[in-house]
Amino acid sequence: MSTTSTGNTGSTNPLLYIVILAFGIAAPFVMPAYIQQVSFLWIFILFALTWDLQGGQMGYNSFGNIVFFGTGMYVSASTQVALYFDLGAWNESGGENTFIHATDEYFIGLAAGLVLSGIVAAALAAFLGSGILGLRGQYFAICTLGLSVAAGEIAAGIDLIGAGSGMSTPVWPDAADSVIERGTFFYILCFMLAVATFIACKYLYSGRFGMVLNAIRDDEDKAEAMGIHTTRYKALSWTISAFFLGISGAIMGNIIGFIDPVDVAFTGATFGVWMVLMAILGGKGTLWGPVLGAAIFHIMQELFWTYFLGWQRVALGLLIILIVVFLPQGILGSLREHFPEWFGHRLEPVAVEDEK
Amino acid sequence: MKNKAILEVCNSSKSFGGVIANHNISLTVPEGEIVGLIGPNGSGKTTLFNTIVGTHPLDNGEVYFEGQEISSLRVPEIARLGMLRTFQQTRIYGGMTGVQNMRISSPLIHDSNFSTMFSGLPPEVDERSDELLEFVGLYEKRNLMSGDLSFGQQKLLEFAMALMNEPKLLLLDEPTAGINPTLINGLIDRLKLANEKFGITLFVIEHNMRVVMNLADSIYCLAHGEMLAHGLPDEIQNDQKVIDAYLGAS
Amino acid sequence: MDNILLLIEAPFLSVQAILDGIIIGALFSLAAYGMALVWGVMRIINIAQGEFVILGGYVAYFLYEAGIHPMFGIPVAGVVLFVVGYGLYKVVIYRVVDKDLFISLLATFGLSILIQQLMNIMFGADVQIAEAGFGTSFMFDYNVTIPHIRIVTFIVSAFLGALLVIYIKRSRLGQAIRATAQNARAARVMGIDTDHVYAMTFSLNAAICGATGALVAMTFAIHPYIGLPYTIRSFMIVIMAGLGNLPGVIAAGTGIGVAEQFADYIFGAEFRMAFIFLLLVAFLVWRGRMLARKREVLK
Repeated sequence: MSTTSTGNTGSTNPLLYIVILAFGIAAPFVMPAYIQQVSFLWIFILFALTWDLQGGQMGYNSFGNIVFFGTGMYVSASTQVALYFDLGAWNESGGENTFIHATDEYFIGLAAGLVLSGIVAAALAAFLGSGILGLRGQYFAICTLGLSVAAGEIAAGIDLIGAGSGMSTPVWPDAADSVIERGTFFYILCFMLAVATFIACKYLYSGRFGMVLNAIRDDEDKAEAMGIHTTRYKALSWTISAFFLGISGAIMGNIIGFIDPVDVAFTGATFGVWMVLMAILGGKGTLWGPVLGAAIFHIMQELFWTYFLGWQRVALGLLIILIVVFLPQGILGSLREHFPEWFGHRLEPVAVEDEK
Repeated sequence: MKNKAILEVCNSSKSFGGVIANHNISLTVPEGEIVGLIGPNGSGKTTLFNTIVGTHPLDNGEVYFEGQEISSLRVPEIARLGMLRTFQQTRIYGGMTGVQNMRISSPLIHDSNFSTMFSGLPPEVDERSDELLEFVGLYEKRNLMSGDLSFGQQKLLEFAMALMNEPKLLLLDEPTAGINPTLINGLIDRLKLANEKFGITLFVIEHNMRVVMNLADSIYCLAHGEMLAHGLPDEIQNDQKVIDAYLGAS
Repeated sequence: MDNILLLIEAPFLSVQAILDGIIIGALFSLAAYGMALVWGVMRIINIAQGEFVILGGYVAYFLYEAGIHPMFGIPVAGVVLFVVGYGLYKVVIYRVVDKDLFISLLATFGLSILIQQLMNIMFGADVQIAEAGFGTSFMFDYNVTIPHIRIVTFIVSAFLGALLVIYIKRSRLGQAIRATAQNARAARVMGIDTDHVYAMTFSLNAAICGATGALVAMTFAIHPYIGLPYTIRSFMIVIMAGLGNLPGVIAAGTGIGVAEQFADYIFGAEFRMAFIFLLLVAFLVWRGRMLARKREVLK
């Protein structure tokens, strides 16, 4: 009897990993025209996975995780620029036209930016978490929603980072094209980061960390009454999500090349909601659900752009409602409800007799 | 002769917006014994439990656990000292299997720092969990979602989880409520066994007089938020004040 | 900090801020009362509250465009939004009313995004005003300006609020609504058609929002994306005041209105949105802390 399981408890068919890795590695060669879309797919998977680390596994439904994405974006871009030029002057001049990063400057700056974006976003999450994670249920959800809007508004008011008119990231040095193309380079970063996020989540869910998160989700008061350091786990969960989200923001900013505070960085009404939706669509509280949900959602989203041009935002709003109303358990959640045995939930007699 | 006190409550008072739930309650739970707490509905039993384990702050008075004052500690801190409570309405982690419920209740979880938070649990935990699940008779159902278990089974699971946590003192809030009467005797035996075999002191709120008379070494009786009587089961059973309180005479 | 000094040196600014704040607060209170109604009765936090307001604003605006005085927009928007609310209840809301709180939150969030985008496509993204043409008064040597529409808004809000309270207290439906709010199951057992009560509550809230929106279109301005701040203000007022506490709602509404006006002077109007949303975050965290001190949690 094979035990292919997609819950937290079971093991996964290794074939699935091979297929996904093969796709990830082959994609830039097989479909070079779609390289940016596939890069975004990896980032979307990261979005859904990091959201689920709180929303699905811990029961803290956040509308504010986008804050760490946007923060990472700004931190990285500012670092990349400020290492070599004056940040204020860069943004006043519109950036890329006046100041040119040399090849080594570009890559050293980018490396520093990536590292710093993760660290700053994680530190921000730890700081915010100490206050906000004390809230429960819809209060947490709405508080984080407020946070995500506030972050965009604040960024739009700070002149040093370009205020409302946004900020551009350093231009890809043409000299580097001989080694690797821009699209491919960032594709690899996205792919590696998504894989790293997945491995981190899988590792976390396999040990006591994931169990504690689930306990908090099911009954936080009980978990406290059993002596669990709930606050520590909650804060750490958010910090880990923020770390990966921060780096993803840094990469995304460089792919897009221009950071608008509300439309690119702190995109509460698009990415901010989509990450919730992708996790729910696939099945929140599972390891593979967010991955599946992100893949399906991303494909639908691209189809909407192709077939409902002009109406794609309306279609997405409709999609949110449809998913929430008709598929609140998500794909894997519904499967688990109807076929619990697939997920390892079955009676097991004390003495092993004949298995049918 | 008398064991030293593991839990001492001194003049504890608690009111909720003018309603006095507990007034000047003092009691002692000696180490290694089973102490019962009875009283009519609304007499403040659960409130007393809540104040002891730190769910509500005390208005007045002190609580000592093993001689250490714990009146201002928070729920998880008190639990980590070794005093645990179960809930009247039964609380388990419904979205996890029985085994997971047990594993997460291991006292090893109390030690959570950066090196241990991310690690797994040693195999002894699984052995212990299997033992205890068998002890309460849930071994067969250990891989079912615990939220799908019947109320009585959830109650047993909660009890097993509490034992898993290896407390020194266990506060049980109506352990037999909602359990099939034919199973109650089995549960009493298990409570006694837990007390003898695992050396856990028990402090039990119980409505069922037959159960508490059978189980407890000594009994406290609350009425209208005040301590009415304390004594051996026989004494309590024949105490006129207790009888009046239960029959609503006072 | 120059801005604070300016406030002290020019007391008229404070007078202006307080007057504006009170008038705005009355408007917020009205929308908040509707939100409290839906929250209390249906256990749903309606994120689309602000979008209902803006939709109501567009009704008044189109009447104005058609040459009808926008004051008529108040009842008309109320009726139109009542119908919209009823439709939305029958199509979407009734499916999530008994579900997990986050599901209903997300569903109304989806509605909010959908309505925003539809308004953007159908009405355009421009800022619109329904000009009531009531003129303006000046006080203290032209240092304090009071557009008459603001006074009208204040009176109409107070009138609508009073009407609503009496309706909920006295009418059959109002009694059914209050019974359902206290205990839906018991109400059902006693023969109250709770589904109808839910539908009416949601529609009534939409109607309140519609009327509020008509006033917003006359007093301030509307565009498709300005809804969310109204939702957040309503939410803040409700949690500050508690469900079903009308004096509290008015006090909190006015307080937020005045605080916003002062924040405009101190931080600059470009930070107004940031201020509103940070105020929400700060207030929630502060409340959580206060409750934690009593070893309770905000639920």
